[in-house]
Amino acid sequence: MSTTLRFKIDGKEIIAEPGQTIVEAARANGVYIPTLCNFEGLPPKGCCRMCTVKLNKRYMTACTTPVADGMEVESNTPEINDFRKGIVELLFVSGNHFCPACEKSGNCELQALAYRFRMLVPRFPYLFPQKGIDASSPKLIKEQNRCIMCKRCIKAIKDEEGRSYFAYQNRGNKLEVILDEKLGKEISDALARKAMDTCPVGSIIYKELGYYQPIGKRKYDKKPIGSDIEIQQ
Amino acid sequence: MKDKIIKIIARYHHDRHRLMDILIDIHDLQGYVGDTAIEVLAEQLNMSEVEINETLTFYHFFSKTPRGKYNIFLNNSITACMRGREKVKETLEEECGTEFGSVSPDGLFGLYSTSCMGMNDQGPSAIINDKVFTNLTPYRVKKLIADLKSGKTLDEAIYESVGDGNNSDPDVRSMVFNNIRKRMILLDKNYEKFEVVRNLLLQHSPDEIIGIVEDSNLRGRGGAGFPTGLKWRFGRRVEADHRVIICNADEGEPGTFKDRVLLTEFPDLVFEGMILAAYATGADIGLIYLRYEYRYLYKYLNRILEEMRKENLLGEGIAGIKQFNFDIRIQLGAGAYVCGEESALIESLEGKRGEPRDKPPFPVQKGYLGYPTIVNNVETLAAAVRIIKNGADWFKGFGTKDSLGTKLLSVSGDCKYPGIYEVEWGTSIREVMEMSGADDVQAIQVGGPSGVMISVKDIDNLGTTDLMKWYKPSGMMVAQKTFDRKLSYSDLPTGGSIIIFNNQRNLLNEVVTNFMDFFIEESCGSCSTCRNIPYLMKKKLEKIISGHGVRKDIDDLLSWGKIIKISRCGLGQTAANPVVSSILNFRHLYEQHVKAMADFDNVFDMEKSVEPANNYVGRKANIHHA
Repeated sequence: MSTTLRFKIDGKEIIAEPGQTIVEAARANGVYIPTLCNFEGLPPKGCCRMCTVKLNKRYMTACTTPVADGMEVESNTPEINDFRKGIVELLFVSGNHFCPACEKSGNCELQALAYRFRMLVPRFPYLFPQKGIDASSPKLIKEQNRCIMCKRCIKAIKDEEGRSYFAYQNRGNKLEVILDEKLGKEISDALARKAMDTCPVGSIIYKELGYYQPIGKRKYDKKPIGSDIEIQQ
Repeated sequence: MKDKIIKIIARYHHDRHRLMDILIDIHDLQGYVGDTAIEVLAEQLNMSEVEINETLTFYHFFSKTPRGKYNIFLNNSITACMRGREKVKETLEEECGTEFGSVSPDGLFGLYSTSCMGMNDQGPSAIINDKVFTNLTPYRVKKLIADLKSGKTLDEAIYESVGDGNNSDPDVRSMVFNNIRKRMILLDKNYEKFEVVRNLLLQHSPDEIIGIVEDSNLRGRGGAGFPTGLKWRFGRRVEADHRVIICNADEGEPGTFKDRVLLTEFPDLVFEGMILAAYATGADIGLIYLRYEYRYLYKYLNRILEEMRKENLLGEGIAGIKQFNFDIRIQLGAGAYVCGEESALIESLEGKRGEPRDKPPFPVQKGYLGYPTIVNNVETLAAAVRIIKNGADWFKGFGTKDSLGTKLLSVSGDCKYPGIYEVEWGTSIREVMEMSGADDVQAIQVGGPSGVMISVKDIDNLGTTDLMKWYKPSGMMVAQKTFDRKLSYSDLPTGGSIIIFNNQRNLLNEVVTNFMDFFIEESCGSCSTCRNIPYLMKKKLEKIISGHGVRKDIDDLLSWGKIIKISRCGLGQTAANPVVSSILNFRHLYEQHVKAMADFDNVFDMEKSVEPANNYVGRKANIHHA
């Protein structure tokens, strides 16, 4: 039995292994599908909808959909890219994102995606929601103004017994991600740093060391997001 | 108190998958689930406190703070509003001495709003401590509150008027009326209980049962219309230690109440359908997810299950069939519309927040606790029993070519006879209007737009992408020109909710706004799109209604409605439908409001902005317009 399968993204042939998701296979073949809530090593959960692609006339999230032989995926099309840009705009207007004052600037995936999609003025009105900051943990700051509810920290930051440090609270547009008060008080240094690094935006900030990477030398300062994956034509 | 909570947790064997039951029991014990309870729960279930809090804060019948002795959840669905909800609300606030969203100073009454509770034919209704009070008027509210203040119990207050049929059963005793207006093959009183399980199962192999259901072309009655036989066959062929049948009794689509009536009058038929499905698919676990709003039926339904166990209709070796073991447990919800989506329902059954899962894998492949799970609507299961009893050919004698059999319609709104109508598929909207005595009709909301036709001949060629065509539709507003369209899967599919609006109704201010509030309230919030777009659309709608809209605002609404289609589940994908379908069918209503010539309006009104200052200083500011 053959162990590889073939399918197409925007007409380009992709060679993949069974069990891979579309995002994983695309990445291995030098095709970038923008993601936000997806994080290598964590089970995918299509929360942000950024990786939406069109498959058999239906919109599917590429981070959760397994590859199948012969499938034809549409990704880099005006329609899909407009949806993706719309999502970036939604996340901007529904939070309070002030890049120049944010410690994550340059390493922020939301900011990088906004540049990639050339976002200028969002199509939606800014909502300027009232949100708080939880600084009760000795190691971490949870900045709710910047949280995009991607669930990465919920899935990644757990103790030895599998208990989550972070979880959702409420539902709908009142949804937020909160840090467990008790667990947050005793979080280890390594885990606190991991939490900050897992967060795609500046919502989880490690307390003791600020700006350890200078502005100008950060991940997306010189090269746009996705450029490490894309094969230049 | 701590000991009592520990006892409750022990009753469920410290199983975190039973968190819903545990939270409901703690609620019954002390009226809320506070910090102490959360601490105990976290400790006993070995979870973090935020994880407990995550489930707790998702469902709106749960509270983290103490509520009143009587908690009044007044329904805010559109028909309740059309029948005088505002006056009822004001009267409640006056009589109880507190505002909505709070508890009265004497601790006696808590006042809250709740989404459609399946009583559209007798609204405005309210749930007071799990009991339903219907047809509320200011007069009735005054009397009720006075009775409760004077020390009467809720039961005593209800007993002054008990509903028809099994609503007067000693274990129900509710004031709800069935309002069955038209019966055909499903609501036929001529039903010999459990005859199919007792006599016919032995004559047919599981494959034959599935074959008959497939032959009848029965399709899911929740609205999406997935072929039932195919779903059963799919579930059957997945290798597993256990398989699960779930009866979805979480009908939350605004305006539908058919499952309430089926569960009241034909619970045996529904349970028989579950046994039938279990036999056909080889399932051994049965669950019925009952929405919290129908908790008044809980005791009654459990009694029937208990009777069934005594008669060997549940348990081991059912009806004398060797190795056919199956039992049914009722799981209560706690107030979340999205749990009607089958994968969200499964999450909720596992004690989590009701957040839909990514598909694939589908529940038939990997559902409840990872087992293959078949989720069927209440009405579908009932119909399956009738089909096995009378044969597929008999069933095919009803309906149209692509939509066989009958459909229960829940009709409400501006008509003389709201209630349940069992009609053949292919009945036109106009006929429904005539039946229910509706005239002067402006618009009709038909729950469920464009379901997708599936024609699958060979199951083995069916990939998961074919399964993706199956989604939960919701809500479409139809105008005069479409009243001759027929209810069927190929023309106007529906889960059965029909809400009628006459010409006096203000569609934008009253109806569309109400529906958008519903979607904002009921979104699980997981997808970036569904969490934000309905709220943004509502703001834009308000801008248009307030006279500040421009033409581009209408186009914006349509284009934002496209983005939300990439949400994960049916709720999200259809959350913009009230706005989009009303623009498509009633664009003139929007255009009346927008400024014909203006290209831009920033909603800033100088006169209005300085009004408080004017009032304060007692003179009018002299504003110079540019």
